[in-house]
Amino acid sequence: MAVKFEKMGEGSYMLDIQGYVCPHPQMYTKKGLEKLKQGDTLEVVFDNPSSGESIAAMCQANGDQILSQEKETGKSTMRWQIRKG
Amino acid sequence: MSSLPCNTTNVDTPVVNVTEPRNVVRAFMVLGFFALCSLSSFAVDHRYIYFSAYLWFGFIYGMSLQYGRFCMASAIRDLFAVGVPRMAVGIMIAVVLFSLVSAYVTVAGKSTFHASPIGLYSVVGGLIFGIGMVYTGGCASGSLYKTGEGSMAALCVVLSLSFTQVFLVDAGGWLNHLVPATWAASALEKGLPAAVTPSDGWYDQFLAGYVWNLSATTVGELLGFKNPIAAAFIGNSLVNAIIPAIIILAAIYFNWYRKGYLRGKEAAYRGFRTELAGYWSMITASKRTAIAGLVLGVAAGLHMWVIQGLQQRLGIANAGELLAAMGHTAGLSIQDTVFDPGYFYITTQEAQGAAWVMQKLGYNVMDSIFFGLDNGVPNPLLNPVLWMSVSLIGGASVMALLNNEFQFKVPSLEIAFWAIFGGILMGIGARIGMGCNIGAFFATVTNGDPSGWLFGLGMTVGGLIGVKFFNWWIERKMAKEMAALDDF
Repeated sequence: MAVKFEKMGEGSYMLDIQGYVCPHPQMYTKKGLEKLKQGDTLEVVFDNPSSGESIAAMCQANGDQILSQEKETGKSTMRWQIRKG
Repeated sequence: MSSLPCNTTNVDTPVVNVTEPRNVVRAFMVLGFFALCSLSSFAVDHRYIYFSAYLWFGFIYGMSLQYGRFCMASAIRDLFAVGVPRMAVGIMIAVVLFSLVSAYVTVAGKSTFHASPIGLYSVVGGLIFGIGMVYTGGCASGSLYKTGEGSMAALCVVLSLSFTQVFLVDAGGWLNHLVPATWAASALEKGLPAAVTPSDGWYDQFLAGYVWNLSATTVGELLGFKNPIAAAFIGNSLVNAIIPAIIILAAIYFNWYRKGYLRGKEAAYRGFRTELAGYWSMITASKRTAIAGLVLGVAAGLHMWVIQGLQQRLGIANAGELLAAMGHTAGLSIQDTVFDPGYFYITTQEAQGAAWVMQKLGYNVMDSIFFGLDNGVPNPLLNPVLWMSVSLIGGASVMALLNNEFQFKVPSLEIAFWAIFGGILMGIGARIGMGCNIGAFFATVTNGDPSGWLFGLGMTVGGLIGVKFFNWWIERKMAKEMAALDDF
C-alpha cells in the first residue's frame, strides 16, 4: 500500500491514497493540487471517511471545484474528481 | 460504483447515502449488545446503573464524534496543514456550550469537576501530546471513534498510548537520577505509604514532589466572586471559556476563512456587517461538526449531573466504594478508590486496562502513585470509566454503519509505524500533562480551569511542529512519485 500519482491523460491526473489515514489523504491532495495547472483535473481515491470533509472544505476555500463524488458500494472507498481553480 | 453529484458551493451538500440493510442489522446488533450489557448487569445488581451511566454517555460521545468527525488532532492539523478551520470551529462551539451547561451544573451543586494544578507541566505535556496526535492522525477521543469505524491503525494508537502510560508511570532505575533533588526531597516529605515507594519512580516524584506543590483554582475563584452563580457563569464560563473561544474564532476567521469568504464579494463589501456575516458563515459552514459540537457540549455537562446524582443516591464519592460494597475489592488503590472522574475523560482508563494486562503478566504497577495510590487497577469488566471508552467505540460503530462508513482496515507498515510512534508520544504527553485533549483541555477549560488553556497552547504548538514535519515528509514522497512524469 503506497501512494500513487499517475497521469491519466492531458491535464488529467490520479492520486491513489487508499489505506492512508488522517492527515495523509488531505495533505497529499493539497500537495497534488498545488502541482497542477488551473483547469487540470485530479482524481483522488481514498478510503478514510473523515478526510472527505477536510478535502471538500479545502477545495471550497481554495476555489477548486469538486466535479463528482463516487462511493464504492459496501466499502468506504471514495473517488473524487477535482478541477484545479 | 454509484455516481453521486456534488455541489461544491456547499461542503455540507447531502450526498444520497441510503444505509445498506445489512449495516442497519449490524448497527442494531451493536446497540443490542450494549443494551444487553446494561440490562443484564442491572438485573444482577441495581448498583451497576452507575456503570451504565458511563456506558450510555460513552455511546452518545461515540455517535457524536463519528457524526461530526470530531477530532482535536484534525482541528489543529487541518488548520495548519491544509487551511481548513471546520473542526477548530466545531470544538470552540462545543467549548462554549459545555461551559454553559457546566456552569449550570456547578450552580446546581452537581459538578464532579476538580481543577488541576496550574504549571508548566501542562504546556510540556500538551506539546508532546500535540506532536504525537498529528503523527497518529487522531487525538485520544478521535482514535477511539476511528477504532469504531474499523480502523486498526486507530486501535494501534489506543494500545500504544495505553501501554506507554503504564511503563512511564512505573519507570524508575536510571530515570530516578534525572529527577531534580528538590522533587525527590519534597516527595519524601509527603509521608506517602511505603507500598508506593515514592523514592523509586520518576513519575511518583514528579507528582508528589512537583505537581502536588502547585495550586489549583478556577477563574471564578481567582476573580473572587462570592456569588456562586457569578463565579460559575461569569468567571468560569464567560471569562475562561466563551471570551477565549470568541477570540480564537476571530483569529481563525481572519487567518484562514476570511479570504475565501470574501472572494467574489468585493462589490458587495459593507465593512463590519460583511465581516460579521463571514464570521457567522464560518461557524455554520459545517453543520455536521456544529451539531456534533452542540450534542457533545450538552451531553458532557449532563454527564457530570447524572454521575453526581447517582453518587448521592448510592451514597458514594468514588466508584471504588461501590466496587467494595459489591464485593469486588481486587484492584482498588490503597485508598480504596479507582479512577472515577465523573465526566468525559480518555487515557487513564485505557492505561488501567493496559496495567491490568501487565499485572496478569507479572508486572507490578501498584507500587506507583498513579495506580497504587490514586487510580487502582480494577478488572476491565468492573471499570466503569472503561465501559465508557468501550461504548464510545460502539457508538461510533453504530454511526459509521448507519453512514455505510464502517470498514475493517488493516494498516500498512508505514501507517502502523506512525500510529505506534505517535501513540507513544501521546501516552507520554498525556501523563506529563495529566490528561489528554479531553481531560486536560476540553473538560478543564469548560469548567473554569485555566490549566486547560496551558495544555491547549502546548498541544497547538506541538501540532504545528508535527505538521511542519509531515509537510516535509509528504513533499518528499510526492516529489518521488512525480519524478517519473515530465509535466512537473
